[in-house]
Parts: sequence; structure tokens; C-alpha cells
Amino acid sequence: MTDQEIKNKIKTEEYFVNMGPQHPAAHGVLRLLLTIDGEIIKNVEPDLGYIHRSIEKMCERDSYQQIVHLTDRMDYLSSNINNEAVCLAVEKALEIEVSDRVKVIRTIVSELTRIASHCLWWGVMGMDLGALTTYFYAFRDRELINDIFEETCGARLTMNYNAPGGLMYDIHPNFVKRTKDFIKHFKTKIPEYDRLLTGNVIFQKRTKGVGILTKEDAISYGVSGPVARGSGFASDVRKHHPYSAYDRVDFKEVLLTEGDTFARYQVRIMELWESISIIEQLIDNIPEGSVKEPTKAVIKLPKGEYYQRVEAARGELGVYINSTGAKNPYRVKFRSPGFSNLSVLNHIAKGSKIADLVATMASFDFVIPDIDR
Amino acid sequence: MNFLIMNIPLNIVSTVHDWIYSIMPETAASITVMVLIAVAYLALFAVAGLYLVLLERKVAAWFQLRLGPNRVGPLGLFQTIADALKLVSKELTSNDRIDKFLYNLAPYFVIVSTLIGISVFPFSKQFQAFDINIGLFFLIAVSSIGVIGILVGGWASNNKFALIGAMRSGLQTISYELSVGLSILTMVLLTGTLQLSEIVEVQRTGGWLILQGHIPAIIAFCIFMIAGTAETNRAPFDLVEAESELGAGFHTEYSGMKFAYFFLAEFINMFIIASIAVVLFFGGWLSPFGITDGITWFPEVLWFLIKVLVIIFLMMWFRWTFPRLRVDQLLTLEWKYLLPLNLANLMIMAIIIWMNWTI
Repeated sequence: MTDQEIKNKIKTEEYFVNMGPQHPAAHGVLRLLLTIDGEIIKNVEPDLGYIHRSIEKMCERDSYQQIVHLTDRMDYLSSNINNEAVCLAVEKALEIEVSDRVKVIRTIVSELTRIASHCLWWGVMGMDLGALTTYFYAFRDRELINDIFEETCGARLTMNYNAPGGLMYDIHPNFVKRTKDFIKHFKTKIPEYDRLLTGNVIFQKRTKGVGILTKEDAISYGVSGPVARGSGFASDVRKHHPYSAYDRVDFKEVLLTEGDTFARYQVRIMELWESISIIEQLIDNIPEGSVKEPTKAVIKLPKGEYYQRVEAARGELGVYINSTGAKNPYRVKFRSPGFSNLSVLNHIAKGSKIADLVATMASFDFVIPDIDR
Repeated sequence: MNFLIMNIPLNIVSTVHDWIYSIMPETAASITVMVLIAVAYLALFAVAGLYLVLLERKVAAWFQLRLGPNRVGPLGLFQTIADALKLVSKELTSNDRIDKFLYNLAPYFVIVSTLIGISVFPFSKQFQAFDINIGLFFLIAVSSIGVIGILVGGWASNNKFALIGAMRSGLQTISYELSVGLSILTMVLLTGTLQLSEIVEVQRTGGWLILQGHIPAIIAFCIFMIAGTAETNRAPFDLVEAESELGAGFHTEYSGMKFAYFFLAEFINMFIIASIAVVLFFGGWLSPFGITDGITWFPEVLWFLIKVLVIIFLMMWFRWTFPRLRVDQLLTLEWKYLLPLNLANLMIMAIIIWMNWTI
């Protein structure tokens, strides 16, 4: 009998599996409706809405200062960057030019946030592939960043450090020293990450050639961030549309062309080095100046539409504000990186195995509140 | 004086043995003695399993920059007892529309096959419940029954994740059984016996078997450790319960004591694999280079346990370092690499013995 005849004789059935909303690999409440044939995935249908809090609707009710606080709860791992995006949009509308000090501090804090976010991703990536130890190594280093933030912002996760017109308050006197200490410490730890996971044969076998996303697909699905850069799509907002102090620092946009899970992994690891380099360039010469431009107690944006894009840890975050001139916006829309990145999952996971889907999802680094908002 | 102290347990055992035979007819007495030995083993291994869990947690903590359990009792020593009490007192929940009979039967397959396996262990010269001439064969045969329990449990649970886990388990165990068997066979060529106590005695004069059989023995040991880890469904071969893929795999729907059976069986299985490795490669209860041979009171069982713990530590080291393999990579490793290597290794060992090149 030929293979085909055997296949015709054996009657198999596809079946549905609900992966989530409570599933260890979903990192939150993502529900994937999988159609599976044995171990092979035939279709992936994400089902969203389990953590929808209607943040965009709530924004229409709140004043512009209050909106900043809501954005912390979207992508909670890059909360500072979300805050910055809203502040930049409001400042753009009000035509406020913040001082250099604010710009530099915002950049440093954003990059620290990015490092913290990538740390957590690295730990979770290992965990999803079955190497549980990575999680604790990553958290050891992330903890130090949280401590720095705790001292300066008073919070460890939802910072609320940015405000329209500048910052809530100046940096803590220890901030510069502790950041330098952290950079010194972290530079010795990334090679440790590499030794633990990157060089591992099993890890490479699990990730190389898995979940390949081509550059064309990345562009047509609107994928952004490290996922897009792993496929060779130069999409770094920091580089191409610089904001804050990114135009005065020298950093590489990490681009790889393989487009597989391992490429996405490498992009993030290399981005850690780039973030370190950005912080190192800025930390020694934070200019003097005021940390808050005076704004009115009730901010009213002029009538019109305003859009600001920033590079969050997961990709491009866009803030769209439609104002009618009132004290609260008429409509707010966030273009979150996770949502667009999720849309490509079905396309690249088809035909792979369950374990590959988990690896691919880990390399996409989803934060579900960012997708659902 | 010391001699007397170490012999007290043995004296007690023989006193009890004599006493039972004096008050009962011979058949009843021998049955009673067997039951007593079984109960003693059961208690011993329940405790051993529990403390292996604690050891695993402590080792994991050391690898992961944590402290591990340290609240319940000194150094967290009673943590595992608290866990066991929790599991015993927990409600036994189950899924809708399960196959009740098979669902309830599955944990017993796993735990009973494991407990039968330990009966042939040569802990020391005097400490072996059941010294049969096909001991090694018996161990392999019995330990492969456990997979039936996993298959049945996954099937009966009416849960797709459990079903996938169970099917993976069947795939994995059947494949790696070959490698375990063949690497053991390589060593059996060297010993010429399947009786565990004799295998240990062979090593008294010629040194440990891993040294006697030089290169093929070392290869056999490596293969045995890989395949043994896969047999016990531990990382990096824990596809059966791959938590990031399948939730908890085949035991997703089990709770309380039934879950505890699966859990305990995993750890005792690890003990079994480590024991086989120690007996076959590292001289069982013999001291290294005969350093305690002259000391009559020294408990030989201590050497056995030390060696077993070293091997177990090695397996824990694997678990907390390596990522998990994918199911097709698992099969590739076995059928394309380990099996041919194993067969070649067996041939080399046969040639070495034929040419009388052993050390």
C-alpha cells in the first residue's frame, strides 16, 4: 500500500481544543480556538474580550491628565512608554516644547522600562519552552529596575511618571547612581542569559525555522516591534520618527531577516544591548532645567485630530485623539502593537505542532490587556 | 559496640520473624511475613517519595536563586508532610462523562507497578526483599506497566489535553523502552547474570562495571541516563505533562490522592532508574575502591543511597536546566540516533568480551 492508500484507510478526525482563557501559555486570558489534527494545528482563532475594560471609552469621560493613568493598564509591562505616548500627543496639540531635561529623563525611563519588559519576556520564553529556571534569573534583574522606579516614581508597575507638560516630579537623587549600578550589573548578566538559553541545542532546535513570518506578511498584517524587525521590516519608530531624546543618541536598529522564532528572540536580546547603550549615552549628562512646563489645571485641546506614535516594548503604539475643544476628548483610539501582531498568528501557526504554537506565541510576547484594552 | 548498634534493626527483624513462625502454622506465617515486609516497603517508599519531592523543590530552589520551602519545620523538613496531608484530605473532583472504572483504576496501575519494581532492589547484602535470578528483567518488565496507567488515565478523563498527553506518553515510553533495554543488555553481556545481587558481587573484584567495560560502558551509561529520564517522563522529556502546552497533561483531571499517586510514582520511578544505574554501573552497595571494606559495622546501604542520590541529583539538574523537546524531535533522537548507536555499542561490547579486552 502506498502512503496515500494507508491515509485513506485510516479515518481520522479533526477536533477543537480551547487553549485558554485559563492556560499557562496564554499569559493572561487569551483564548485560542485550535483546530487540531493529531498534533498538527489546522486553524487558530483568537477569541478576545476576556479582559476588555473599555479604556478607550473611559478616556472620553476623563480629563487629559487622567487619561495618562489609564494607559498604564494597557500594556502594563511598558507603562512608562504608554504614558509618554499620551503626554507627547497632548503636548503636540498644545504646542508645548518640554525642556531637554524632561526629554532625556523620559528616554532613560522608557529604555529602562523596555529592559524590564524584555527581561520578563526572556524569563517567560524559557518557561514556555520548558526551561523553568530562566524565569527566576530574569526576575532577579528586573527587580533592580523596579527598585529604581519605586524610588523615583513611587510605583513598581504602573508608574504614572509622565504628565502632560513634563514629569510628575524630578528624579530621585539616587536615580543616576542606581541606574549606573544596574547597567554595570546587567552587562554581566546578558552573557549569562546567552549561556543558559541561547546556546542550548534543544532551545535552538525548538526555535530555528519555527513560525516563519516573511517580510511581506509582516508589512501587510501591520506587524511592528521586535517581531517585525526579526523579519527584516525596519519599523523602529525611535529611529525613523524620533521623539523625546532619541534623535540625539546613537543606536542601531536591530534587523534580522530569518523571520523565525529564534530571530525574534535574538532581536530582543540585541535590543537589550541597544537600550543599555542609549542609557549609557544619556545618563551622565542629564541637562538641567524644569521638569514640568506650566499647563492649565483644566487642559483643553484645540479642535482637531492628533496622532502620536512611539515604540513600546512590543512594537508601535499609536495614540489618536479627536478633540472638539472640550476638557475631555471626543474620541480616543490606541493602536496597540499586540493586536496587530496577534492577527498574524493564524497565518504562521497553520501546519505547525502545538509545541511550535507555544514557542511562536512566546516569541511574539503578548500582553493580553494590551490586545483587549 | 558499634557493631551491635548497627545490627539492632536486623536483630529485631529476625526476632519478629522467629516469633511469627513460632505462633502460627508455616503457611500462615510466611504469608504474614510477606505482608509485613510489603507494608514496611510501602511505608518506606511513601516517605522516600515524599522526601524526594522535598529534595526536588530544594534543588530547584538552588538552581533558581531561591530558598525553597523553609517555613514548615526546621529547614522546611515537614513541608512535604503538610503537602501530603493536604492531598489526602482534598476532595476528589472529576470531570463530566468520564469512564468511571478506568478513571479510578489508572492511578493504581502507575503506583502499583512502581512499588512492585522496588521489591527487587539490592539495598545491601542483607537488605533485599526479593532476590530472583531474573531481577533486572523483572524490573524492566514491571516498570513498563506504568504507561498503561497513564494511557488509561488520559483516555478516561474526557479531556482533550489529557488525551494528547496520554498519547504522547505511549509514543515516548514505547520508543525509549528500547534504549533502556538495549543499554542494560550491553551491561548484562559484561556481567553474565540478571540477578541484581550477583551483578553487584561481580563488581567486588573487578571494579565498577563502568570501568570494567570502558568506552562501551560509558556510552551505555549516557544512553541509559537519557532514555531513563525519558522513561520517567521528566524534563527535558516531560512532553506528557508539558505544562505550557497541555496544562498538566494526562493528570489534568485528577485531584487529591489520585493525583498524589501519579506524582509519587514519578519520583519513585526516578529512584528506580537511579538504582538501576547504580547497580549496573557504579557497584551498587559496594564502597568506592573498597574504602570501607574493613569496617564491619559500616552500613553498606549508605553507599547505595549516596550513589542513588547523586544520580537523582543529576536528573534534577537536567530538569531545571534544559528546555523541553518537541514530540517529533523526541522520536528523531530515539530512532535515528540512540537506537543505532545502541546497537553498534552492543556489538562493540560483544567484541570486547569475545576478545577478552575487559579490564
